[in-house]
Amino acid sequence: MAFSLKKKAATTESTTSGENAIANKEIEGLSQGQIVRRRFFRHRAAMISLVTIISITVLVFTALDFKLFGVWKVPGWWKWTPEDLPELRFGDCPNDTVGCPTISFRPKFLGGSGFGLGDHPFGQDDIGRDFFALVMKGTQRSLSVMIVIGAIGATIGTVVGAISGFYRGKVDAILMRFTDFIITIPAIIIGSVVGFHFGNLGAMFLAFYLGLFAWTGLSRLVRGEFLTLREREFVDAARVAGASNRRIIFKHILPNAVGVIIVSVTLLMSGAILLETALSYIGFGVIEPDVSLGLLINKYQDSFTTRPWLFWYPGLFIISIALSINFIGDGLRDAFDPRQRRRISKKERQESATARKLAQAND
Amino acid sequence: MAAFILRRLGVLGVILFGSSFILYNLAAISGDPTADLKLSNDPNRDFLIASLTRELQLDVPPPARYFLWLKGILGIFIGQPDFGMSRDGSTVAHSLALAIPVTIRLVLAATIFAIVLGIAIGIITALRQYSRFDYSMTFVSFLMFSLPVFWVAVLLKEYLAISFNNFLQDPKVPLSFVIGIGLFTGIFWASIIGGTRKAFWMTFAIAGGSASALITFFSLTGWFLNPSLGPIVVGGLAVGIAYGVTQLSVGLINKAALKASLTMAAVTFVAYYPANWLFDKYPSALTIFILASLNIALAVFVALGFSKIDRGPIVRTAVLTAFISSGLLIVDKFMQTWKPYMETDAINYRPVPTVGQRSDLLGNEDWWISNLDVVTHLFLPTLALTLISFAGYIRYSRGTLLEVLNQDYIRTARAKGLTERTVIMRHAFRNTMIPLTTIMVVDFAGVIGGALITESVFGWSGMGTLFRQGLLGYDLNLLMGVFFITATLSVVANLIADLLYSALDPRIRVGSGA
Repeated sequence: MAFSLKKKAATTESTTSGENAIANKEIEGLSQGQIVRRRFFRHRAAMISLVTIISITVLVFTALDFKLFGVWKVPGWWKWTPEDLPELRFGDCPNDTVGCPTISFRPKFLGGSGFGLGDHPFGQDDIGRDFFALVMKGTQRSLSVMIVIGAIGATIGTVVGAISGFYRGKVDAILMRFTDFIITIPAIIIGSVVGFHFGNLGAMFLAFYLGLFAWTGLSRLVRGEFLTLREREFVDAARVAGASNRRIIFKHILPNAVGVIIVSVTLLMSGAILLETALSYIGFGVIEPDVSLGLLINKYQDSFTTRPWLFWYPGLFIISIALSINFIGDGLRDAFDPRQRRRISKKERQESATARKLAQAND
Repeated sequence: MAAFILRRLGVLGVILFGSSFILYNLAAISGDPTADLKLSNDPNRDFLIASLTRELQLDVPPPARYFLWLKGILGIFIGQPDFGMSRDGSTVAHSLALAIPVTIRLVLAATIFAIVLGIAIGIITALRQYSRFDYSMTFVSFLMFSLPVFWVAVLLKEYLAISFNNFLQDPKVPLSFVIGIGLFTGIFWASIIGGTRKAFWMTFAIAGGSASALITFFSLTGWFLNPSLGPIVVGGLAVGIAYGVTQLSVGLINKAALKASLTMAAVTFVAYYPANWLFDKYPSALTIFILASLNIALAVFVALGFSKIDRGPIVRTAVLTAFISSGLLIVDKFMQTWKPYMETDAINYRPVPTVGQRSDLLGNEDWWISNLDVVTHLFLPTLALTLISFAGYIRYSRGTLLEVLNQDYIRTARAKGLTERTVIMRHAFRNTMIPLTTIMVVDFAGVIGGALITESVFGWSGMGTLFRQGLLGYDLNLLMGVFFITATLSVVANLIADLLYSALDPRIRVGSGA
């Protein structure tokens, strides 16, 4: 992560007093990458979100049997699979419902059954399938769809934006008109068409197709960034030193634009998971017998009054994933923004004032 | 400028042509419209297939058929667009004509609410940056951002509609609710207004106390079954609006503006009974429109009468006051209609519906009742859409305002000794609105295209439903009709956004580089 310090240079010279002094002291002698990392790690919401998303990923991908590259089978730790048909629980559920969740958080001394997962932590569906396994499978689908859309969108968007911003002129005009052309087709419509016709080819195929239409916003942003960056002195310097266009794009400009790219890719991904679940919900996305969170919600929304857990758990997973990604994006945006200053607490301000006075007194 | 627009329109035409061609062929190769007929055991199966083939020109291969479709669409330039026939024998144009108003009704109110609320909260959070209010609104907006609309819709149906309807069976607000609402209102207003610790608790007590008292009063008097404002409350609120609008637009120090606004508030008060009489006598949208126009014209005259110099802002203030406070009259009229509406057989004291766009059982009732019916049906979808989309506006307006407040011209304005109100409302707010306006335009077009899910959750039959129908039945003309509308809208919205941007921001010139 070798970033140049150009952006910082202008601000560091002129400011030596007050708040700036405190802020500058913290980043003295650090590379841009270290500064960004520090700022990101200090963003509390983003860190919580990062932990959340990592634990969700680990949870859902280890719970069920997982085929690595379609060959090695990694056994999951959860006892049921989405295909199993255990017996439906009768009797001990409130309001005469069946298959209620067995997860319990209430400790024994408060009259609960102690903390534990039980046999079916999220309950069972109509025919007795373990809902925990279904939700795990659905979250796996949604997460992988999200990552595939993010990866494809990020790659195409960056390449198209970089090329059209760097070369300008005819190339730019053609690529940007092509982008407009993709933008004309509303995402949800192309998603529905693609999902409806190719949904049965599997979730990955759907994700691939959606990714092909998801890069437009990103490419415009990257193009704008490249248009400004290519006029900067360090690009001229690189060119004078004999660097090829490819080298300038990838080694000199792209690292400087990486902040914008990462931030909008996170937004793209949180949009992608909502798009996938929405498409599955209206029946144009992942279709049965495959499982997806949107599909689960659609299937069981009518049983909300009697068996609300069939509705709550998939929704909670969608929200926690989308929310975490949004917060991570926010943290990254703050971290990459050169103008971003940490809020300086009263105590720090006073301390710096005293230090300054002491210094003046010593003079 | 004209050359720029023409060139852009030309490029847009080419783009629309390309994308519709691709979509048409994509949809055409994906399924056979006669597939379900071929499987049926109907004795006149072959005849049906033949007639469908003839009607939809299925014997022409898709790329060529596209041009037949395009020929029909291009009729738009001679005023006779032909969107073709849909499978069930009706023309696509007819279906679209029925569906478009439904979709617009669905998204219009939600978009307006989202914009107004989002920008207002965004600006407050920017002004109170790093406050608790800022942090909590940031969290709320991220949460809204991450909510799937279909999920929220089910929750709203269950918790809001059904429990509100149950509540109306016996409208007594429980004590815990009264306290809860009081606490929430108190904290909300206190954190917006801010100030010293003492001021914070004062605001908290006043706002929270009055909210609780109001709710208790409503609960005891059975207001929820027979709500109305009455002339006194309308008059009082109108005076409040007059002060508020004047303070925000030109400041209370401008006596002419204040006098003009207060006069308009008084006019609203005086017009309470005459307007109600007119509403009863001639219930139609035309009456409302004429009254509103008269009111605005009067506001212009009053403002001109009170002011001598700097008339523009004063007229604007008076017109805005007149517009908002006369809106109270409409709200009040709808409230008065609430009781008869609930008493109709179709409603029977369960006024908030969870699906549909009209109550089919509601007969040919009074104009106000049938419109109240529309409003109650709009309630849940509008709420869901507003919740989802206002988060974006909060984030965006907050970010833009913070950026603007860092600019040199704001420092200049402050250095000149302008009041904080002038700095925020005139210098900062206007510049914040420049990028926001363009976002709004594009957003609105996007919302229309994206109403598919909302429509399907709430059982409305708008464009989304048509699209779904077209997709499921391989009904190409229907599908393309919907696509044509949404794509044209989004393209035109982008063009308008570009033009608006250059109109609002003189630093941006159209025609260069685009």
